Amino acid sequence: MPQLSFFRIFFIAIVCFSSLLFASPNFFYSTVDRKLNNPTQTSSWPDFLPSTLVKLGLDLRGGVYMLLEVKTDDVIREKFDFLWTDIRSSLVKKRKEIGSIRRIDTSGDQLKIEVGNSENIDFAIKEIEKLNSSTELFSSKWSGSVQRDILNISSLENMITITFSDEQKRTLEKQVIEQSLEIIRRRVDETGTREPTIQRQGRKRVLVQVPGLGSSEELIALLGKTAKLTFNEVVSIDSSSNFPTKFDEIVVGSEQNSDLFYLLKKRPVVSGENLTNAQPSFDENGLPAVSFNFNPSAALKFGNYTKDNIGSPFAIVLDDVVISAPTIRSHIPGGSGIITGNFSVDESNRLAILLRSGALPAEIEVLELRTIGPELGRDSINAGKLAALVGGLLVLTFMWLSYGLFGIFANVALMLNIILVMALLSILGATLTLPGIAGIVLTIGMAVDANVLVFERIKEEIKKNSTIYNSIKIGYEKALSSIVDANVTTMIAAIILFFFGSGPIKGFSVTLGLGIITSVFTALLITRLFIDLYMLFYKPKVLRV
Amino acid sequence: MLLRGLFNQSKEIQFFSFSNLLSYISLGAILVSIILFSILGLNYGIDFRGGTMFMVSSSEKIKVSDVRNTLSGSNLGDVSISQATNPLETLSAGTLTSTDNIFIIKVEKTEGQNIETKVKALLLNNVPDIKFLQIESVGSKVSSELIRNGMLAVLFAVVSVLVYIWLRFEWQFALGAVFALIHDVILTIGVFSILRYEFNLSIIAALLTIIGYSLNDTVVVFDRVRENLRNFKSLPLLKVLNMSINNTLSRTIMTSVTTLLALFALYFLGGDVIRGFTFAMIWGVLVGTYSSIFVAAKILLILDVKRNWDEKGSNAGTQF
Repeated sequence: MPQLSFFRIFFIAIVCFSSLLFASPNFFYSTVDRKLNNPTQTSSWPDFLPSTLVKLGLDLRGGVYMLLEVKTDDVIREKFDFLWTDIRSSLVKKRKEIGSIRRIDTSGDQLKIEVGNSENIDFAIKEIEKLNSSTELFSSKWSGSVQRDILNISSLENMITITFSDEQKRTLEKQVIEQSLEIIRRRVDETGTREPTIQRQGRKRVLVQVPGLGSSEELIALLGKTAKLTFNEVVSIDSSSNFPTKFDEIVVGSEQNSDLFYLLKKRPVVSGENLTNAQPSFDENGLPAVSFNFNPSAALKFGNYTKDNIGSPFAIVLDDVVISAPTIRSHIPGGSGIITGNFSVDESNRLAILLRSGALPAEIEVLELRTIGPELGRDSINAGKLAALVGGLLVLTFMWLSYGLFGIFANVALMLNIILVMALLSILGATLTLPGIAGIVLTIGMAVDANVLVFERIKEEIKKNSTIYNSIKIGYEKALSSIVDANVTTMIAAIILFFFGSGPIKGFSVTLGLGIITSVFTALLITRLFIDLYMLFYKPKVLRV
Repeated sequence: MLLRGLFNQSKEIQFFSFSNLLSYISLGAILVSIILFSILGLNYGIDFRGGTMFMVSSSEKIKVSDVRNTLSGSNLGDVSISQATNPLETLSAGTLTSTDNIFIIKVEKTEGQNIETKVKALLLNNVPDIKFLQIESVGSKVSSELIRNGMLAVLFAVVSVLVYIWLRFEWQFALGAVFALIHDVILTIGVFSILRYEFNLSIIAALLTIIGYSLNDTVVVFDRVRENLRNFKSLPLLKVLNMSINNTLSRTIMTSVTTLLALFALYFLGGDVIRGFTFAMIWGVLVGTYSSIFVAAKILLILDVKRNWDEKGSNAGTQF
C-alpha cells in the first residue's frame, strides 16, 4: 500500500496554500491595483493578504520602450581635440628643435602628430609627457584623482601617436555612461510618469522604459538634446560663415536666423554646469523665456564680465547654436538672468527642464523605439485571458475524456500549476508580457505531458497484469527518466531564450521555464498524492486509466 | 469514457514499412524550403530589417490607396501597408472589436522623432480620427544585432542539445535528434518563406520553443528505444525502434493534441500580435511530432547502434 508520510502531505499543502495566497492578488487585479495606488483609501482588499501583483510588461499596459546609445567616442574625440590645443601651444614654443608640427587624422580615437624634425622626435615626446602629467584635462572631473601614464605615446619615424590606455578608456566610458544615466533619469522624472525603468545595457547603451506614456515624442524631445549651455564672448557677427578664425575662436550659427553667424571665443565665460536653478518665465514683453540662477563663483564671474563689457553683445549658446545674443545693458551682479529666444511656452518649459537636469556628457542616439498604446495593451490582456481560459478548458476536457478519474487528478494538478506559475511570477517580480501569456498557455498544453507519460506507463503495466499498486509504482519509476529528459531539453531552450532574448521574448522564456519546473512538481508530487489517497481510501479492485 | 482506449490498439503499426518514401519526402521538403528561402527570402519584420512600423486604427474605413499615395510621395523609402487579420473576429474579446480598420504601415526609414512626427502628421491629414495603437522603430545597428543574436541562439540551442543527448545517450542518438531539429527549423523557415508571414523576433522565440518541443518528443521515443534495447538484446534494431515508437505513440499523440488545443485557442483568440508566433508553434508541433518518429528514429536506424549497453567501460548513457 502507498505510504503517506505526514511530511509529504504537509509539504505539498504548504506549497499549494502559499502559492494560492501569493497568486490571489492577481485574480483581483484592478482592486489590488487601486489599493496600491491610493494607500490611504479604504479598500475591499484585506490588509492581511499579500498585495504583490505580477508586473505587466509594456506590451500589456502600454508605454514607451527606448534603447539609447551614448556616443562615448565623441567624448574621447573631444578630449583629443583639447589635448591637441594644449600640445600645440606647448610644442610651438620649441619649434627650433622640433620643426613644424601638424595633426593628421582627426577622426578616430587617437591623436597623430607629424613632426618636422624626425631626429628630435624623442624630445617632442618628452614635452608631451610633461603635459601628460600636468595637464588639467586629465585631472579634471573625468578621472577624479590625478593619474599618471593615462596616455600611450608611441612614435614611428616622424609620427607620434597618442592613444588612451584601455583602462583609461573604460573608466572614461563608464563615467560618461553613469553621468548620462543620472541625467536621463532626472529628465524622465520630469515627465511625471510613474515607475520608469532606466538601466545600463552592455557597454554604451541605456534602456529606458516608461509605462503609461502614450507617445514617445515628448520623451525624445527631452532626451534627444544634450542641452549644453554656454555663455560666450562675441567677437563679431556677420551674414556669412567665412570668418578669419583664430584657433581659440569658433563660428556658430543662429537659431533664429539662418543667415546670421557669430564668431565666438571658444572658452565660455560661464556654462550650464554652474546653473543652480532654471524656471520657465516671461520676458518684459510677455514672451516665454527661461530664468536662471548661477552658483556664487559663476555669479561673480558673470558679474565681472558684464561690468567690463557693457554695450557689447554676448551669446547664449545651446548645443552649438546661438539661441540669442543680447547686448549687455548694465552690470548684472546677482547671478541671475533670463534667456529669451523664439520660444513657445512648451519650449521654454522643456528648456527649463533640460537646464535643471544638466547637460548630457555626450550625444545620444535612439537605436530602438517602441510605443504601445494603452488600447492595444488592454486588448492583448483580454485576448490572452480568453485564450488561456478556452485553451485551459479544452485541455481539461480532453484530459478528462481520455483518462477519466486520473484525468481529473491531472486537471486539478494543472490548475494548481497555473496558480504556482502566477505565484512565482509575483514573488520573483518577473514581468508578464504577451509572449509570456503565450508561454503560460503553451505550458497548459505541455504541462500534462509528465502526467501523460506516467499514465501511459501505468496503462502498460496494467496490461502486463501487475497488481494495481505495482502498476502505479512502476509506472512512476519508469516514466521518471523520460520526464527528466523531456523537461531538461525544453528547459535548455528556455534558458537560451532568456539569455539571447530581449524584452517581451525574455518574458516568454521566464513563464516557459517556470512552467516546466512547476509542471514537473505538480505531476510528480501532487497527482501522485491524489492517486495515493485514492488508493488508500477507495481501495479500487480494478484500475481504469 | 469517450476517448478512452482510442489509442489502445493492440496491433503494432509498421512505421518503417513506408519510411523510405517519407525520407524522400522529408529530404524533398528540406530542399524545397532551402530553394524557396534563397529565391523568395523571408518577409522580415522591422526587428530584422530596420525601419518604422505604425499600427493604426480608425472608426471609418481607411482607404489604403490614399494612404499609400500620401506616404510614398514623402521620401520615406519603401512603404508597405497591410490590414490586420483576425480569423475569428467575432469571438475575440478585444475592445478593438473590428479589425476591419486596423492597419499596419511599415516605413523603411527610422531617424528618430522626425519620421514619427512626419508620418503622424501625414496620416492625420488623411484620416482625421486615426489612433496610433503601436509604433516601433528599429535602427539598422540594432536590427543586424538582433539577426546575429537570433541565429546564435538557434545555433547554440542545437549544439547544447547535441551535447546533452550525447551525454545521456550515444552519439547516434544525438545525431538523429539534431538532424530532426534541423529538419524542423528548415521546414519552418520554408513555410514562412512561402506564406510570406512576417519573420520577426517572436518567430525566433517560436523556433527555439519548437526545438525544445520536438526534442522533448524525440527524447521520449529515444528513452524507450534505450530501454527496449536493454530488454530485447537479440531483437533486430528495426523491430526495437518500431516497438518503441508504438509504445510511446499514445503519449506522443496525447501531448501533441493537448499542446495543439492550447495553441489553437491562442491562434484564434490570442490577438493579432502573437498570431505569427502561434502559427509557427502549431506548425512546429506538427512537424516536430512527425520528425521525432520519421526523421530521428530513421537516422538511428541508418546509423545503427551498438548493443552492448551493460558492458563495463561504456561510460555513455548516464542513467538518472
